[in-house]
Amino acid sequence: MGAESSPKIVIVDESPIRAAILEEGLREAGFTGVTHISEMHNLLARIYSLDPDVILIDLENPSRDVLEQMFQVSRAVRRPIAMFVDQSDAASIQASVDAGVSAYIVDGLKKERIKPLLDLCISRFNAFSKLQGELDRAKSALEDRKVIDRAKGILMKLKGLTEEEAYVLLRSTAMREKKKIGEIAQSILTASEMLK
Amino acid sequence: MTTPLRIGFIPLADAAALIVAVDKGFAAAEGLDVTLVREVSWSNVRDKLNIGMFDAAHLLAPVAIASSLGLGHVKVPIVAPFNLGINGNAITVSPALHAAIMSEIEGDPFDPMATALALSRVVATRRKNGAEPLTFGMTFPFSTHNYQLRFWMAAGGVDPDEDVRLVVLPPPYMVDSLANGHVDAFCVGAPWNSVAVDLGVGHILHFVADILVRAVEKVLAVRQDWSEKNPQVLAALVRAHDRAADFIEQPQNRAEAARILGAPERIGIDAEVIRRTLDGRLKISPDGTIRESSRYLLVGREGAARPDPVQAAWLYAQMVRWGQTTISPEALKTAMAVFRPDLYDAALGREARAARAADAIGAFAGPAFDANDIAGHLAAFKIGHWKA
Repeated sequence: MGAESSPKIVIVDESPIRAAILEEGLREAGFTGVTHISEMHNLLARIYSLDPDVILIDLENPSRDVLEQMFQVSRAVRRPIAMFVDQSDAASIQASVDAGVSAYIVDGLKKERIKPLLDLCISRFNAFSKLQGELDRAKSALEDRKVIDRAKGILMKLKGLTEEEAYVLLRSTAMREKKKIGEIAQSILTASEMLK
Repeated sequence: MTTPLRIGFIPLADAAALIVAVDKGFAAAEGLDVTLVREVSWSNVRDKLNIGMFDAAHLLAPVAIASSLGLGHVKVPIVAPFNLGINGNAITVSPALHAAIMSEIEGDPFDPMATALALSRVVATRRKNGAEPLTFGMTFPFSTHNYQLRFWMAAGGVDPDEDVRLVVLPPPYMVDSLANGHVDAFCVGAPWNSVAVDLGVGHILHFVADILVRAVEKVLAVRQDWSEKNPQVLAALVRAHDRAADFIEQPQNRAEAARILGAPERIGIDAEVIRRTLDGRLKISPDGTIRESSRYLLVGREGAARPDPVQAAWLYAQMVRWGQTTISPEALKTAMAVFRPDLYDAALGREARAARAADAIGAFAGPAFDANDIAGHLAAFKIGHWKA
């Protein structure tokens, strides 16, 4: 590998969205040789054939242990591989583990070239976590709405209320009991299930 | 006043003492408020322990040694004051490989020398016929699984680096890989061998106690600097685990222990399968054959929990034998210092035990292990990839 050419980067991630976010960030930053592997089958053989300079892997991927084997089978790879840059990089390891990404970096890539790459990955992983959190919240809000709608239906039927009256009843009960409307609605569904 | 602790673990049967210590309240009784964090890979457990995100961890014994030696990763000295499991691994082979070995075997199928010699004949036949080399799965380069497989096959004349392929596979992928033919065999801890047998895709060929009478597989690991800063907390942790191990080993508690361990947020598998592991009573063949062993998965009995530096020396010798590191007296000393019977004794207020038998390992092949002469010991084995 020419020291100044763009390093070959492999992203190992089963989440296509996160991988896309990372890939886009890397390309914008001028790293052109990026490949994404989402299929874990025969991972090591695929990595050997791609011969990357840097491997980025999602921390929640059990195949991280498979990559550790690359340290041990140096006869099978052309170059030895080291995780991170050197012993003194505990801060980088901490930051990347916090973000949920792990980087395996092939020896010979200069430290000053790795740092921005790693920083970029960490910020992209954090961005993804934020996005994921928002998605989860939106999803649970949607779930809540479904539950509330069903609870309203039950109240309307049982107590002969209008939709608005049913909602007001749910809301005032929630306020009185210091709970979320979704929780009150859920308990109505549970109770009506049990009383069936 | 309670001390909060974060402890990482991998969902395996030998995390039993860790889980029971928390879920039965033994840790709380020692003033510890432990949060158990389930992890997906040994690399994660190691890294999070090393950088301080975990105070302690369920760790492969060889990883604790490799971390202290700086092998495969950054160097972080680790101490292990408590063994979490001895002899819990097993070697499982596909029905096809099982048939091939049994057709070549001379003698007792539970004798590892007989199976290893049969394996070498299977390997030779495959080579003659131009077949692909057999592939064996194990869980980590620095793992007892790796060393146990290698020790066994090399005794029969199979070179694990030349004659077969050894690959790392995450335990949850093991059974699938055997079922779809990506591997022909694997060595893994409980419950994965039983899962393969229950699904009819594997035969348990050996309990690893067939290969080594006594092999420590997992330890309770903490950073050395943490242990020095928190001696009281560490002692409390050891006491909580000792009580948990005692609890698990009482036959009348086994059903409850299996239920605790089987919970979804713990190991998350059927309590009945865990029960078989704790009882050392395993179905070894899809036809329902049962094999019992009093030496399967020692959690606390027979002094199993007390670390033995000779075991650390043996693991270091395997790292040397298979070319993971070079031989050096300093490294041997560092490796042996990872296992801390003194911390165990201090925590429990017991006197150090009397000297044990000359060979603490009890391997089925080769000379008795001699920690004082590793080069001489390794020279007695024909197959190995190390330089003096």
